[in-house]
Amino acid sequence: MAPTQTPWEQIPQINRELLAPLQATTWRYLALVGVLACLVAAGAGAWIYQIETGIGQTNLHPPVFWAAYIASFVYWIGVSHSGTFISGVLRLSKAEWRRPVTRIAELMTIISVMIAALCVFFHLGRVWRWYYLIPYPNQREIWPNFRSPLMWDATAIFTYATASAIFLYLPLIPDFALARDRVTGWRRPLYVALSLGWRGSQTQWRVLRRAQRIITPLIVMVMVSVHSIVGWDFGMALVPGWHTSIIAPYFVVGAVHSGLGMVVIGLYVLRRVYHLEAYIRLEHFDKMGKLLVVTTLTLAYLYFADQLTVWYGKVPAENHVMYSMLTGPFAQAWWTMLVMIYVLPLLTLTWPAFRRWPLGMMVVGLLINLGMYIERMLILVPPLTHPRLTYEWSTYFPSWIELTILGGAMAMAILLYVLAVKFVPVISIWEEKEGRLHGREEG
Amino acid sequence: MSRSERNEPNDSKPYKWEMVIDLDRCTGCEACVVACRAENNIRISGEEEAAQGRAINWIRIERYWEGDYPNVKAKFMPVLCQHCSNAPCEPVCPVYASYHTPDGLNAQVYNRCIGVRYCGNNCPYTARQFNWFDPQWDEPLQEQLNPDLTVRMNGIMEKCTFCVQRIRRGKETAEQEGRRVKDGEVTPACVQSCPTSALVFGDRNDPTSRVAKMARSDRRFHLLEELGTEPAITYLKRLT
Repeated sequence: MAPTQTPWEQIPQINRELLAPLQATTWRYLALVGVLACLVAAGAGAWIYQIETGIGQTNLHPPVFWAAYIASFVYWIGVSHSGTFISGVLRLSKAEWRRPVTRIAELMTIISVMIAALCVFFHLGRVWRWYYLIPYPNQREIWPNFRSPLMWDATAIFTYATASAIFLYLPLIPDFALARDRVTGWRRPLYVALSLGWRGSQTQWRVLRRAQRIITPLIVMVMVSVHSIVGWDFGMALVPGWHTSIIAPYFVVGAVHSGLGMVVIGLYVLRRVYHLEAYIRLEHFDKMGKLLVVTTLTLAYLYFADQLTVWYGKVPAENHVMYSMLTGPFAQAWWTMLVMIYVLPLLTLTWPAFRRWPLGMMVVGLLINLGMYIERMLILVPPLTHPRLTYEWSTYFPSWIELTILGGAMAMAILLYVLAVKFVPVISIWEEKEGRLHGREEG
Repeated sequence: MSRSERNEPNDSKPYKWEMVIDLDRCTGCEACVVACRAENNIRISGEEEAAQGRAINWIRIERYWEGDYPNVKAKFMPVLCQHCSNAPCEPVCPVYASYHTPDGLNAQVYNRCIGVRYCGNNCPYTARQFNWFDPQWDEPLQEQLNPDLTVRMNGIMEKCTFCVQRIRRGKETAEQEGRRVKDGEVTPACVQSCPTSALVFGDRNDPTSRVAKMARSDRRFHLLEELGTEPAITYLKRLT
């Protein structure tokens, strides 16, 4: 983009460039979709096999009744916090640099919430009876048990999924209208329906802005509550190592940590594939890096506070769990996790030049996500393998079926994202234009 | 069903089923484990599943070693569902499959269970067991299934019921004869088969019952008492 152009002159080019991914498809794209679809099919096959034969296909056994599926559930809910955090908090704080990042993050939110919900279904012993969790009127007048944290959880996830779908959809309306006017073929009627008759009148803009002003603070609150409740699935239990009051804030910050990492990965990949260098600039990586420093430090602080209390208290049951990670069978995983989510991010991201190196940022994002996945497993496995009655001590590693199903779920998340990119402009076009035209006055 | 119809014999207190386990008498013979399996249609897991720690036992004998070689002593402790009055497994079930009966039992409604397994995690005694696969019995073992209770399918939790089918029968008989269940009239399979009478079962609300008397012993303790689960099983400490 020539710097001499005025913002008004840039608009046709912005429209063209940001709608381009919707209009052209390369063979490489199709190949990627094919590969991902195969992986999803493998996962689906493994899941059907597990349903047909039994949860015994996992490596679960008493006392480890929850493991990889629930860890993945927590992980994906965590990733889903990317969208709401970046988009919600940055919109609230009117951070000008949010504009090219919000849509990318919001798409991640909705997709990863769906994958997280799927993980719950992988986990259920009798998944064909899942509807017992819904409070539907029935002749026997049996209702779900709202004293159970799992019911709080189901309610929270449902609320979150609904709210974040609306949150994603609202700012999409003007962009759908833009696409409607430029797309031909079978997709046109779809965009006509989705743009809800948007004409860009003053009234419509006013209504849209008001709706956004209402939902943005709400979604930030829902985000905090959702992951607190996910934390309370554990915190409410008697299991040594879970029963701690710090678990809710720890989960929320951990979720944002992995979510931000995932957004950095998304920024890097989309920028490279669709040549969005003019929109996703080094400044954005820099800002994301700074946010990651904040979450790294906060998370480290919360984790330290928790572990220090356990270490000093020396309550035997909790101590056993802690030492199984410090020096015991989980030491390797634990120390790797520490390096991946605290040490390396802190060493790299506090260095300004590093934050402006997209590839490096992407690698750190990957490390954080891998590390946070290990961390989720470490929340589940060491406490469950070390119950108070030492006779029942045990160990766990996921089975091939578990890994295949979860790999399939991961492939499905990527596949959904890849498909969504063909259908939804990954950068909010009207907000980008708004930023160029009025950004300085508003920001 | 109202409380009075179901539980309470006319003008008297409800039953409160409890057990006393005298560790001084337990020899670790595991007759209780076998009897429980036969009575309650517990699935046979086989060697491989047992090695994975998946063999279902509603009652197990925990064996601990004390002392250093050559002065080693084996100590046994039968552990089963403690039928806690304040049971951690109950509130966490999202579908009310795990609930408390009016006469103090922790019941598991198999038909309602969807297998989220939270109860299993939250039981500090690891007394709850899960059906990892559909049950199978090798010929001709399926001929000896107890018709008084169901078999459990793949994907649900199960655990000790204090042989609720026997309790129910005892209560029905007593009710027909217009009296309370007599002490010793109802015995779970494990209690019945214990050769040293280490296990005693009865109505704690009857102050003259054996279980009520023994539970007042100076040797009494509850497993993980500090958790406040108020177990219905009282252990008597081993002195020898």
